[in-house]
Amino acid sequence: MKDNKSNIKVKKKQYRLDTFDIVNYVIMIAILIIIAYPIYFTIIASFSEPSAVATNKVSLWPVGFNLKAYEHVFRYKPIWTGYANSIFYTTCGTLFSLFMTIPAAYAMSKKKLPLKGLATLFFAFTMYFGGGTIPTYVQVRNMHLLDTRIILVIMGAFGVYNMIMTRAYFSNNISESLYEAAEIDGSGELRKFFAIALPLSKPIIAVMTLYYAVGHWNSYFSAMLYTSSPELKPLQLVLRDVLILNQKATDPALLADQMANGGVDAVKLAVEQANMAYAMKFSVVFIASAPMLAMYPFVQKYFVKGAMIGSVKE
Amino acid sequence: MDVITAKKKKRKSKRDRQYWKLYLFLLPAIAYVATWSYGPMYGIIIAFQDYKIKKGYWGSDWVGLKHFIRFVTYPDFWEMIKNTLGITLYSLALFPIAIIFALLLNELKNVKFKKVVQMITYMPHFLSTVVLCSLVVIFVGREGLIGQFYGWIKGTEGENLLSIGKFFPDIYVWSATWAGLGWSSIIYVSALSSISPELIEAARIDGAGRLQVIRHVNIPGILPTISLSFIMAAGGLLSVGFEKIYLLQSPLNLDYSNVVATYSYNIGIVSGQYSYSTAIGLFQNVVNILIMLLVNKITKKLSGTGMF
Repeated sequence: MKDNKSNIKVKKKQYRLDTFDIVNYVIMIAILIIIAYPIYFTIIASFSEPSAVATNKVSLWPVGFNLKAYEHVFRYKPIWTGYANSIFYTTCGTLFSLFMTIPAAYAMSKKKLPLKGLATLFFAFTMYFGGGTIPTYVQVRNMHLLDTRIILVIMGAFGVYNMIMTRAYFSNNISESLYEAAEIDGSGELRKFFAIALPLSKPIIAVMTLYYAVGHWNSYFSAMLYTSSPELKPLQLVLRDVLILNQKATDPALLADQMANGGVDAVKLAVEQANMAYAMKFSVVFIASAPMLAMYPFVQKYFVKGAMIGSVKE
Repeated sequence: MDVITAKKKKRKSKRDRQYWKLYLFLLPAIAYVATWSYGPMYGIIIAFQDYKIKKGYWGSDWVGLKHFIRFVTYPDFWEMIKNTLGITLYSLALFPIAIIFALLLNELKNVKFKKVVQMITYMPHFLSTVVLCSLVVIFVGREGLIGQFYGWIKGTEGENLLSIGKFFPDIYVWSATWAGLGWSSIIYVSALSSISPELIEAARIDGAGRLQVIRHVNIPGILPTISLSFIMAAGGLLSVGFEKIYLLQSPLNLDYSNVVATYSYNIGIVSGQYSYSTAIGLFQNVVNILIMLLVNKITKKLSGTGMF
């Protein structure tokens, strides 16, 4: 320990900022600005006066701070149906995913699993070859699962890659001797799984929960493909309607209300409507991403841990 | 003696039988993969048929390679291949950016600043595809920052860059870099952290400058990681991210954004030609595998690391 400390001290003395460092800092700060600014802009624009946003007067801080755009978002019902649906799909989907992934990874981490090579091939093959969109669609259709909630819970519920990651964690972090000791005590596989493997693998369970949850929350393709009823739409599909397809989401009555003190005429209303439609997009993006962004600083280390476990080649 | 060994054997076989119980843990995953991965694979047979829902898999007429021939002789075939390869090769060309970023990140001495850089750059990875594409649409749009900037350079009003077809690959690839830079650098950062400090120290003592250390110690140290990610990236050469392209596509940029994946989707889901669309998907998948095997072989020869 002492040696380490003195080493660091020596290093500090040895390397002062040289040209390399200065160039490096400049590059890093440039990258930071490029990556952070669009996100920052989205947030400040969502709290600005819609007309200021539409005419590009917002750049560094909110202009005419107000919540007008949010009032429209709150009155737009589909967003909230979508929110509720997404919470449902994400919760059920993630639980279902964990139910399949964790036990499977446990079994695959055992050296003594019979026919292990065959089982590995069975899973790994699907990483490179698959049926494709249409055969999957036809199968869903034949199983009468089109336009149901259950298909959105099922789709994307199991990732072979996630299972391999979890398996690597089990094999690297839980020693065989622990299991052997339990075996001598007469524990069966179920007991070993619940009493030894699970309690020792909280970090990987956290990582998997987050990976799957983000996957379910962010997916739009399955919903677009397999469902058609508006009441089944997850948030991402509603976002697509508003943000990409420019579906009208402003509330005309509220708009007139918000402008009432300025006197309302048809032309003004139309302009304001267009401005509001544009400004609202930022509020919608913010509201849809807020749960992720709020959670992000706290769970970041788990995500990174996961990505690192994944990078370890066996 | 005999009795004891016999007993032992019996116990051993009992224990071995016990390990079959592990398949109980595998059962849900196996059932899922069998249904949702192998099931659709079986459905691929419709690529060789004129599939009709009413007639089913075995009642439909067999037509051999008709759909494959139709696809490769389709007038827009080469344009789609060109668009697809244009975008994927472009992405592949930007492959080193994440490596360079990781190498530079590794040189930051201020731990706090490094943490901030990492935290901010990982963030866009968690935005959904829809949100990412909306941000793209907004920022390259007529009122958006980049659209305005383009207009300013040309001395005109802001322009919607998504409606100018030739910019489509740039928009697609650079927005992906924006969102994925930090995240794809993680594996290199973690590989870099496992290079032994003594090696670096030794190089320094030998008089190597910082750039030389990067070139002769750090880069060789993470070469296996680079090779593996390169093989994986090359394996997707014929499949561009459908979900993103689909959201950014419009009739105005179709000349550049019409790729194999979106064509296959439109043929299959929108116009209901299941067999033809399945054939295109199969074609794409097989070509991807062939390219991956090829790149794997080349990489293995050059760097000694391969996947298989």
